[in-house]
Amino acid sequence: MELLIASAIGIMTAAGFYLVLRLRTFPVIVGTALLTYAVNVFLFASGGLRTGAPPILRDGVEAYADPLPQALVLTAIVISFGMTAVVVVISLGAYLGAGEDRVNDDGPRIDPVRAGRAR
Amino acid sequence: MSHWIVAPVVLPAMLAAFMVLATRRHPGVQRVLSMGGAVSLLAIALGLAWQAGDGTINVYLLGDWAAPFGIVLVADRLSTYMVLLTAILALPVLLHAIGSGWDTRGRHFHALFHFQLMGIMGAFLTGDLFNLFVFFEVLLIASYGLVIHSGGAVRLKAGVQYVIYNLLGSTLFLFALGTLYAEAGSLNMADLAGRVAAIPAEGTAAIRVAAVLLLLVFAVKAALVPLHFWLPAAYAEAPGPVAALFAIMTKVGAYAIIRVYTLIFPPDLSATQGLHGAWLLPLALVSLALGMIGVLAARRLDRLVAFSVIGSMGMVLTAIALFTPAGIAAALYYIAHSTLAAAALFLLVDIVAAQRGGHGTRIESAPSFAGGPLAAGLFFAAAIAMTGLPPLSGFLGKLLILDAAFASPRAAWVWAVVLAASLVAVLGFARAGSAVFWKSRGPDVPDTPDTQLDDSVPPSQVRAAQAPPAGPVVAVGALLALLALQTVLAGPMTAHMRATAQQLFAPEPYISTVLSAQGKEMSSDHGSEGGH
Repeated sequence: MELLIASAIGIMTAAGFYLVLRLRTFPVIVGTALLTYAVNVFLFASGGLRTGAPPILRDGVEAYADPLPQALVLTAIVISFGMTAVVVVISLGAYLGAGEDRVNDDGPRIDPVRAGRAR
Repeated sequence: MSHWIVAPVVLPAMLAAFMVLATRRHPGVQRVLSMGGAVSLLAIALGLAWQAGDGTINVYLLGDWAAPFGIVLVADRLSTYMVLLTAILALPVLLHAIGSGWDTRGRHFHALFHFQLMGIMGAFLTGDLFNLFVFFEVLLIASYGLVIHSGGAVRLKAGVQYVIYNLLGSTLFLFALGTLYAEAGSLNMADLAGRVAAIPAEGTAAIRVAAVLLLLVFAVKAALVPLHFWLPAAYAEAPGPVAALFAIMTKVGAYAIIRVYTLIFPPDLSATQGLHGAWLLPLALVSLALGMIGVLAARRLDRLVAFSVIGSMGMVLTAIALFTPAGIAAALYYIAHSTLAAAALFLLVDIVAAQRGGHGTRIESAPSFAGGPLAAGLFFAAAIAMTGLPPLSGFLGKLLILDAAFASPRAAWVWAVVLAASLVAVLGFARAGSAVFWKSRGPDVPDTPDTQLDDSVPPSQVRAAQAPPAGPVVAVGALLALLALQTVLAGPMTAHMRATAQQLFAPEPYISTVLSAQGKEMSSDHGSEGGH
């Protein structure tokens, strides 16, 4: 299970970083979303991985799961969801206002052939 | 337990929510409420600073749960000082926003402004790392709204870059917190201090990773050089008063570095010894140099001020990176100075841009404008403050930093870079000031109307022929007066800063006060509710 979780976090982070480094806003937003998923799983796993253990006190139970990461990850999910919504709205506004959605400052114009490939 | 500690967080939160819900269509009422809120915030901040002035540490248990389990707010000297600085900054900025009409260009300026204040105050007061993350997000999400306030294509584009960069910073923060929690099992700062120190020497790999990740996160906020790219565009394109308020935002990063790296990872902790100190100082010096070179190279006034913010953050971080009581004290003095000076410059640039019409903030000669001599005088004073020339507080701050660096093995580097960067900054400001104010042509010279209207030109540009409105000018004057006051009161202030630094370097009272605060009783019989 550890291997599965760890490699899932690793792959999601790598994919997220690759997308974040792209030229256009849409893949960048998908990349940040992937990164937030990765970090949420990471936070969830930070209390240790246990199966079938209750997080709150109960009579006759010896092994417990750490409840705090579950609370932390809930907060993180809510925040990252809100942030993703905000960035989608702002970049939609920027796209509609400027007519193009490149992330960087005023660089040279992209010629149509390469722009077609970048899409 | 005094409830006043939570007031700087609760008051702006309630006020902002009320303004969104009840007064969204009444700008006049919003202005009154907003001003009233800022004034009461200042009064509360003064009270808290006075309470903490004699070295007492006040702890507030949220929900009355005792320390490592519940979230605490802690008002010690450092926190109350930063809260007071924020409250002082908020008033002139608000005055400028109201006087220049920026606040009426969107419905929610005042609400966002107070949400931002809430986030900043909370970040300064909290004693819990995860709560620090939450308050970072509160201040960021409000700042996203403020950066793109009143819209425009250029501003939205800068806003997208700013938001994405900070989103990545937040992700990194969560990774750091996860690592820290997995290793130490707590996120309460006072509790962490003990737990991190107790980690055996052979198992410190992950805690070192967490320490470096956290430093990276705070360095993003503080715009340390390889991580500063979000700052120039965002600050330059943001409306003037918003950029002025953002002057305190980089200091949140500096505050977090001071807090975490004196309390949780103190310089003498064997696990992280020499880990961050080794490269924080060189990077801070590079920031300082690069920021001031940016000042020299800038082609627009707002970019110039944004780069001077990077430079002054480099100066602050240089002093912090010494990790000595004298260095921290100097950094704290310089933080107040650079916040006020940067805010004054941002507000002033906004006034100048409004008066110059189509020329906006570009550093080029333009027809002279009404109020030009006054603006030139204010710019001169603010530039003297920012570059650290004698009569104003920047000079004293720089002296304190140079003096603190004297004992460091890298003193020669610090002295050389600080002095050379100051010279470059003086040149940069002199060049910009003479191009914009001195070489201005007479108003009778016909000027080709500029078709490339800048997005950053505020609505008041239609009044270009009239004198600038009184509110913004008074706001800039007030900030400059505060700088003068900081110079006059340098003696008592540095004494207070030294006391603050001493409190930071002897963290036992902080830790014991936080951990011994009595909350509600937690019943051992877990079937029933805890409580009195």
